Amino acid sequence: MIRIGIDVGGTNTDAVIMDGPRVIAGVKSATTADVMSGVVNALKAVLAESGMAASAVDVVMVGTTHFTNAVVQRRDLAPTAAVRLGLPATASLPPMVDWPEDLRASIGNHVYLAHGGNEFDGRIISPLDEAELLGIADDIRQKGINTVAISSVFSPVSNECEKKAGEIFAKALPGAHITLSSEIGRIGLLERENAAIMNACLRDLSTHVIEAFRTAIAEAGVKGRFFLTQNDGTLMDAAFAEKFPVLTFASGPTNSMRGAAFLSGVADAIVVDIGGTTSDVGSLQKGFPRQATVAVEVGGVRTNFRMPDVFSIGLGGGSHVVETEKGVKVGPTSVGYRIVTEALVFGGQTLTTTDVAVAAGRIKLGDATRVAHLPADLVSRTETRIMEMLEDCVERSRLSPEPLPVIVVGGGSILVNGPIGGLEVIKPNHFAVANAVGAAIAQVSGEVDRVYALAEMGRDKALDDAKQRAVEAAVAAGALRESVEIVDVEDVPLAYLPGNATRVRIKAVGELHVG
Amino acid sequence: MSDKGYILKEADLLPLSIGAALLGTGGGGNPYVGMLRMRELVRKGAEVRVIPAESLADDAWVCEVGGIGAPVVGIEKIEEGGECYRAMRAVEEAAGVKVSAMISAEIGGSNSLEPIIAAALAGLPVVDGDGMGRAFPEVQMTTFFIYGAKAAPAAIADDKGNVVVFKEVIDMFWLERFARTVSVDMGAAAGLAIAPMRADFVRRTAVPGTVTQALNIGRSVLDARTRRQNVVQRVVAEAGGKLFFTGKITDVRRELTGGFARGHAILSGVDAWAGSEARIAIQNENLVLWVDGVPAIMVPDLIVNLELDTGEPITTEVLRYGQRVAVIGLPAHDLLKTPAALEIVGPRAFGYPELTFVPLDGRPIAA
Repeated sequence: MIRIGIDVGGTNTDAVIMDGPRVIAGVKSATTADVMSGVVNALKAVLAESGMAASAVDVVMVGTTHFTNAVVQRRDLAPTAAVRLGLPATASLPPMVDWPEDLRASIGNHVYLAHGGNEFDGRIISPLDEAELLGIADDIRQKGINTVAISSVFSPVSNECEKKAGEIFAKALPGAHITLSSEIGRIGLLERENAAIMNACLRDLSTHVIEAFRTAIAEAGVKGRFFLTQNDGTLMDAAFAEKFPVLTFASGPTNSMRGAAFLSGVADAIVVDIGGTTSDVGSLQKGFPRQATVAVEVGGVRTNFRMPDVFSIGLGGGSHVVETEKGVKVGPTSVGYRIVTEALVFGGQTLTTTDVAVAAGRIKLGDATRVAHLPADLVSRTETRIMEMLEDCVERSRLSPEPLPVIVVGGGSILVNGPIGGLEVIKPNHFAVANAVGAAIAQVSGEVDRVYALAEMGRDKALDDAKQRAVEAAVAAGALRESVEIVDVEDVPLAYLPGNATRVRIKAVGELHVG
Repeated sequence: MSDKGYILKEADLLPLSIGAALLGTGGGGNPYVGMLRMRELVRKGAEVRVIPAESLADDAWVCEVGGIGAPVVGIEKIEEGGECYRAMRAVEEAAGVKVSAMISAEIGGSNSLEPIIAAALAGLPVVDGDGMGRAFPEVQMTTFFIYGAKAAPAAIADDKGNVVVFKEVIDMFWLERFARTVSVDMGAAAGLAIAPMRADFVRRTAVPGTVTQALNIGRSVLDARTRRQNVVQRVVAEAGGKLFFTGKITDVRRELTGGFARGHAILSGVDAWAGSEARIAIQNENLVLWVDGVPAIMVPDLIVNLELDTGEPITTEVLRYGQRVAVIGLPAHDLLKTPAALEIVGPRAFGYPELTFVPLDGRPIAA
């Protein structure tokens, strides 16, 4: 199978072509303001470098920060109605109550509370009231809103209320985009509801963006299927991604960590991804990034997505190097994408970490004579400072005293020489485009998060039921059934609840089913 | 009404919730939802005054309220809002008295905000103090009950309008049992109000000043973050505590016994404690800290785990392998360390009969 992986970042659009497990070619090109022409450029460049025909490509996997940036920058967001089912419970906190004012204003602050919802054990809080929902639908129509997010209390336990309400709205508001919270998030009403509303307000944009990606791929002559990567490093097909754009959040760090694992062949390691301005450091367990356990904010909104637990520092290939009274200071300020004009070796006037790497003879880049005047002492103290910074964040990400290797990837990897904090450093081939490799090798997953009463069905039976649901979810998402494996099982007993109530989370992952 | 004390402002709510989470000693539920609920009320004009118990007349009535349920339900089925308020009105009626102020059963965790919210709805002040000075898992574990508060009448209210009044209950242990059972039927999220207490009794038995203490701890945390100071050191200084260990969690074991999540966390020392090992017993809250096998802090003294880098309090349910933790100890109030109190909230009451309580500061307890 011939695959192309593309990572659209803020500065660079990277692309790789892979034949099975082999990387045939990889290129970095500049991200363009319209994004799409950058994707076409990257596709054409990587095809040219590989010498392959566009028609030979079976699938294209795209990782993008487009939707995250839309929320962060509050642009292209659709007016959205947030409808919550749960009255009389939850009346004290309406939807979007903890959103930043400007983001709430940008999608209109249209919130509705209605009856419905479930208790933790599946009982009904109050029956769904069709007349009430039709009244809300009327109001939504009169406001000219075409996007609806529906959340319901304990919908991860029973999604009946959300489904019924969704049908009522679909009928009353033909053509409206409807997002159900149970399709997206986990237990934690505000966070799940936030994710559903963000997803809903991105639906107009996602239709447009997915179509643009499709056009870009067609323009490059590629006829294969097209997928997007989501925050857990797995794939969704274009039609699914169009419905659930919020799932692309944080796919960037995940892709680079997965790519690092793949390129190095090491499944347990610390990964350091050094870009132009920052370095992301995370921990790789069995080939997957370790997940953060605390609530993660996107654009100022709390969500409970499973994001990789990544620690960032202001160190990159474009970081400023400044001599101060307390010694040499590296970053956090950076010339960023302007490195190609502002760094000394490229004819600019700013001393950057890349200039120091060139002066130290670590790499040949630009005009080395322009850094020949740098004192050897400054060069060596800067290199020491860089290694100290890396050592500190690697130490933070270390989970055990065992000597794990450190995989270094990203365009700024030239800054690293020798071991970090006594740990072996691996710089795999194609390290600069590890994130695009991570996109290209992405698998397909399915996840469940439910509360079971173990007194009724027993732990083994409950886990079996949850595993079965996870496998079905993975197959529904496009995994080859024979290849699906359970990769994560977590059962947490819930204090104070009867019947040994236990929250079970299971994730299944499989190979992409092509054809 | 008194002009003593101070009115809680919107800007106080975040630090209050941070301090309350920290005093939760790993349990008590997340105060985030309660903080948002109170913020909504303040934005709509509600005013709650925090008053010292001294400012109340001896014969004024004070009502203790708190949420009862399961922490996981608290983050999913958010309150209707009037649960504790309705329970309070029900005990008022059952006891035939008029309540003048509310007080928290438990300053640690989500129950720090419940009486403040009920006070906002009732237009009453809230007493600066509580019945624990921290968080504990059960209803009977308050200084009020330890020192003789009546268990009845009590009332429990849900989101739907159901209010159940316990007219006669022979002691606080029966109240815990009945209230717990009813709360589960109510969807494991309910408001509980306990028989009004006279202000002179509250003055003698409440852990004093804990609302202000939580507020000040939270302010120190936020201030330290803004100034990029060491949060752990600031908290230790503000709360009069001591740093007992810094380490990485190398193992967390959990099991469910009798409705409670019990377990242990094992820490391998870093910095000043490199080469040492610590163990923390947990049951909803952190109960006992051993350093190299020697008990160093015991319940009811407060064991607080803070994330080493950010100073963020870590609750017991999110403790996990690899976290870098500072373990700090804060002395419990003397009211929690008398023989009568240790019967209810000492190591033995939590299943450690082999441990004899030794205060973390080694200070003898005033009679």
